[in-house]
Amino acid sequence: MATRGEPVIKVRDVVVDFYGRRVLNGVNLDLKRGEILGFVGASGAGKSVLTRSIIGLLPVKEGTIEVLGTELTKASMAEKQAVDRRWGVLFQQGALFSSLNSGKNVEFPIREYLRLSPKLTTEIAIAKLEMVGLKPDVYRNYPSELSGGMIKRVALARALALDPEILFLDEPTSGLDPISAAEFDHLLLTLQETLGISVFMVTHDLDSLHRTCDRIAVLADGKIIEAGTMDVMLESQHPWLKSYFHGERAHDDFHVPIKGRRVTERRA
Amino acid sequence: MTAGTLQHGSSPGDGLDLRAEGHWTAEHARALEPLLAQNMTLGHESGARVVFDATRITKLDTYGAWLIERSLRLWSSRGIDARLVGLPPTYRNLFEKVRGGRQQLTPLKHKQTGIGATLESVGRTMTAVFSDLFTIFQIGGQLVVAFLSVCLNPWRFRFTSLVNHLERVCWHAVPIIILITFLIGAIIAQQGIFHFRTFGADIYVVDMVGVLVLRELGVLIVCIMIAGRSGSAYTAELGSMKMREEVDALRTMGFDPVEVLVLPRILALIIAVPILTFIGSMAALYGGGLVSWLYGGIDPKIFMSRLHESINMKTFAVGMIKAPFMALIIGLVACMEGMQVKGSAESLGAKTTDSVVKSIFLVIVIDGLFAVFFAAVGI
Repeated sequence: MATRGEPVIKVRDVVVDFYGRRVLNGVNLDLKRGEILGFVGASGAGKSVLTRSIIGLLPVKEGTIEVLGTELTKASMAEKQAVDRRWGVLFQQGALFSSLNSGKNVEFPIREYLRLSPKLTTEIAIAKLEMVGLKPDVYRNYPSELSGGMIKRVALARALALDPEILFLDEPTSGLDPISAAEFDHLLLTLQETLGISVFMVTHDLDSLHRTCDRIAVLADGKIIEAGTMDVMLESQHPWLKSYFHGERAHDDFHVPIKGRRVTERRA
Repeated sequence: MTAGTLQHGSSPGDGLDLRAEGHWTAEHARALEPLLAQNMTLGHESGARVVFDATRITKLDTYGAWLIERSLRLWSSRGIDARLVGLPPTYRNLFEKVRGGRQQLTPLKHKQTGIGATLESVGRTMTAVFSDLFTIFQIGGQLVVAFLSVCLNPWRFRFTSLVNHLERVCWHAVPIIILITFLIGAIIAQQGIFHFRTFGADIYVVDMVGVLVLRELGVLIVCIMIAGRSGSAYTAELGSMKMREEVDALRTMGFDPVEVLVLPRILALIIAVPILTFIGSMAALYGGGLVSWLYGGIDPKIFMSRLHESINMKTFAVGMIKAPFMALIIGLVACMEGMQVKGSAESLGAKTTDSVVKSIFLVIVIDGLFAVFFAAVGI
């Protein structure tokens, strides 16, 4: 495994305009290898805009975005495609192809990029489905036959299909019941441990932030106003952060030291 | 990057000694798969043993882990004592996770083959045809109920919606309808003149264009255009509303989807198609007249007087009376298909195709039935 802690994503002074409005105004952000970064901000603050800019769905006006050593703003098509293979994206609604069954959805990137034998492709797809906690039989189900939680899991399996180094999650626990959400958090930690992936997670789920994230970055007024561990967030004097982490929805036990709440101890 | 490799080590005794090296990852999986397959054929005699040495693997991911695990399982299933040794501790978690997979799919139900399958598919098609017919009557019935209840409570009628749909299916369709029917009229006239001229009967082209356009072609061409243009739009709109649970939302708020969505759409069609048929017929006659004049040398005055002799009010009425019935059938089929859309994008596409194909088919069938009927009553 490569060394932990070196940045895999470097966002520098990024400016993005969206429908003539300046949404991001000089964003600086790092995602380090092997960490789970929680990305929060008010609705409409531009979280999705930054995520979409990093994964190349929105053009950047100024600044640079470097992913896995490739500067995406200047890279050629071939270089960009090489990076595409090394990240996986889980969209908010799953974005599964509705005309393909779950298995074929997971197989899709494998088929396109790796050209393995059909038998091995299927086996890998089933292995991925099992890794995200689904039964092998889900392979044959179409997205319209699955529940919301299962759709997210299948979509996660598809995002993980090529064993990516970076995983982008857009509100992975929204629309899930607390039990499924907790299971998802657990799953994320297990995957981080087994696959050593770096995770960039946009979320509003305070429990999820607390349970899974190594670091949290906060976006407001087009800039990252704070980045650090949960403790840094809790101590921050920024008014928005205060109401976010000490508001009505925040539990008291957030103030209890994190140690021991994790599924497994991973760090010193 | 070091590609993953597999080497035979010194084999003590009857066993197979394999040593894996390098990157056992996704990008090398394609090369590694046959390497392992080669070794599968070896060691058939039971009681043999395989030692898989993973000490020198420098990088492992799910692909590599599964390749190793599937080989181990295959050897074990043949009664070979297969062992994995020296897996770097960093990858132990990953390997355990992959090993935990069961990989078993429940077997599918036995599928019919041969004559049985053919009969089954014929049977399924027939039941589908009848259930379609049933659904058309069902939605027709709901439409009548909705219409009557709106008649009793006129304030519940969605007049704005009707006007909106009228604008889209009628007003916006006028240019394309005029263009197409004009061309059809012109082509019929040109063909008529070309062939009638050989036996000096050019003037009868006026009779032909007049009767054909007013009785049959005007309404048929318009209906086919509308089925393709508005019928498909209705199916897609209702279908995507169905997909996003908007129809269910209406129902839970106490509204009847047929009354709110289907009735204004079908009424708009029933008003629009006769108007478009009239406009289309006139455009076709104009096209026919123009070609007769420019290509056939029939003076417009002669064309008009000949037209007066060859057609009467009945010819016109026969075409127009069909229009609202055709509109009803296009609307019913479009709305029925739209309401049957299931969750997937593919089903929306399939239903939209079905809607256009079925409504054009039914329009032509109904035109035939009308022809039989008019022949029987002697018009």
